[in-house]
Amino acid sequence: MAEYQNIFTQVQVQGTPEWGMDDTGGRLSEERAGKPFFSKLAGWIGNAQIGPINLGMLGVVSLLTGTLWFVIVGFNMLAQVGWSIPEFLRQGFWLALEPPGPEHGLSIPPLDEGGWYIISSFFLLVSVLAWWARSYQLAVSHKMGKHVFWAFGSAIWLFLVLGLFRPVLMGSWSEAVPYGIFPHLDWTTAFSIRYGNLYYNPFHCLSIVFLYGSVLLFAMHGATILAVTRFGGDRELEQIVDRGTASERAALFWRWTMGFNATMEGIHRWAWWFAVLTPITGGIGILLTGTVVDNWFIWAQEHNFAPMYDGSYGYEAYGSYEAFIGQED
Amino acid sequence: MFPKWFDKWNRENPTNIYGPAVIIGVIGAAVFTATMLVAWGQPFATNSMQTGPRGTGMSVPEFKADLAAPDPDIELLLEDPPYPPEADEELAGDIYQNVQVLGDLTDANFNRLMAAMTRWVSPDQGCAYCHGDGGIETYGEDKHYTKVVARRMIQMTQNINEGWDAHVNANKEVGVTCMTCHRGQNVPSDIWFKLGDVNEAMSGWSANQNRATVQSQSTSLPSDALEKYLLDGEVIGVHDLESRVAGVPGEDGYPGIQQAERTYSLMNYVSNSLGVNCLFCHNSRAFYDGSQVTPQWATESLGIQMVLELNNDYLVPLKDEYPPERLGPVHQDAPKAACKTCHKGYQQPLQGTNVIKDWPELATTGAPDYGD
Repeated sequence: MAEYQNIFTQVQVQGTPEWGMDDTGGRLSEERAGKPFFSKLAGWIGNAQIGPINLGMLGVVSLLTGTLWFVIVGFNMLAQVGWSIPEFLRQGFWLALEPPGPEHGLSIPPLDEGGWYIISSFFLLVSVLAWWARSYQLAVSHKMGKHVFWAFGSAIWLFLVLGLFRPVLMGSWSEAVPYGIFPHLDWTTAFSIRYGNLYYNPFHCLSIVFLYGSVLLFAMHGATILAVTRFGGDRELEQIVDRGTASERAALFWRWTMGFNATMEGIHRWAWWFAVLTPITGGIGILLTGTVVDNWFIWAQEHNFAPMYDGSYGYEAYGSYEAFIGQED
Repeated sequence: MFPKWFDKWNRENPTNIYGPAVIIGVIGAAVFTATMLVAWGQPFATNSMQTGPRGTGMSVPEFKADLAAPDPDIELLLEDPPYPPEADEELAGDIYQNVQVLGDLTDANFNRLMAAMTRWVSPDQGCAYCHGDGGIETYGEDKHYTKVVARRMIQMTQNINEGWDAHVNANKEVGVTCMTCHRGQNVPSDIWFKLGDVNEAMSGWSANQNRATVQSQSTSLPSDALEKYLLDGEVIGVHDLESRVAGVPGEDGYPGIQQAERTYSLMNYVSNSLGVNCLFCHNSRAFYDGSQVTPQWATESLGIQMVLELNNDYLVPLKDEYPPERLGPVHQDAPKAACKTCHKGYQQPLQGTNVIKDWPELATTGAPDYGD
């Protein structure tokens, strides 16, 4: 019994490395690189076998351009602290490569005023799109559906809205997000406040619904499958094709709990759509901000989405500062 | 160690004692913790000061332990009531040489104020800090920068009490004296200097932010907020006041995200200076909305105007008086004031203690009113 109540995967298979199929005339095999090996650590959280990897030309392009983006950002940060490694480590979370100021519009600014940002963004764009194309290519070679490709595409939609579509529509690169740990968080707050509180943006609301929904679905599904693993429930594909006691119990559990249950296949459609709709709706919300609506709180009040106060605040009833600090006579 | 029958019995009756021990330990610890919390109370208990309507969550929380301890600087204040002037008393302006701002005071009150100023500003150096050690006959000279600055600071204090009554005495009479900022130190704490571009090898928006500095309050927000808003007088504006406007953010006076970040930096500084949060002045769902702000917002807005005047009319023009060690480390600029210079982390400086009641001399730019 106890083996099903562990944080880590308990059973590890380690033997002759598996090379996988080669059903396209030897090409797949050729493009697989790296000598496979086993990692006990990896085995705790997934498959113990590491490699081989089918990187392909797109993978190489993606890694190269991604590295260029990363290094450009890093060296700009390093230059900002006078090439001091200790200072770079100390201020690392604060430093950033900032987009150009609003005075530059959509032109290419001098390198030290955001020019590097534009250059690095170009490389990041190539990197992300190459990786996206790769997820299509690999799905084709495995004769799979393109669900991963489209799901990744929904994330790329949000990424492109933030860094490309919206800045172009607004006519200024200064609307883009800085590359830095704290600075991008500052940008997020400032963006919300600048445009009158993003919580009143209905697409932001939808995005939050799908985000929290994803979390809930993930927890429900993960828990359900782990709970029926003892009956083979973790072999989801077999359970879809030939429903056994694990699936039955999982389904009955939810039907008896809330009157409705997903199916072994359907639960994954729920999960996929919730996950994919999170960045899709979020991206729509961002795209409308500043282009169609400039103050979401006022917009919400105009559309009876946020209430108006009648102004009777009753400040006199709140108690004084003197009472708060215990100095009231 | 144990008797044989005991060891034998244990051998023949193996029992898992660890499982029950863990359960009893966990339950026992939980019961103990709960008992202690009930018996001794929450060790980090807080109180909240309500600042907005119910249901909006507008409040300023503080630890009860902090609330129980008054500002220690209040103890430094001494009772020092004025001497009611006689009808024909000679005034300081006639008795002493070169008395430019306190000439209307009687001798007794003049010396009372001079003695108080040494307590407030130079308790260690005494009179010599401003007047030098050349003996009392040289006290009229303006040889030391400290005396020139002190004279201007007296004028500034009088102006604050008289001209900025609506900020300083917004809730009740408290006033300010030298002590409000100086607290017994030659140079007040929490003054500020221009930092300029904090990042090397960058210019524009890339250069003024993303560093943990005193002025960014250790955030990565812009480090030039005090300079722009409390010295240059840039308009603090973040929002558009209609759901759709014609302008482009960052152009023609329409604020950009950059102005939002810089304002955030200033507001963060103000919050830390007063030991409050955003909700002390704003309803955070609509920061900009003048119909949803609290009464403190108006007081604070006056404070920003006041600081602008203090910096531009009093503090910055003194730049040429100071020796180099008193000037800013980056731009050699004059020391400047902002919220924290007086407030020092409290909603009201010295927790709202009335410091002006003994000092009618500092309460007005004209002749003091002793209320006879």
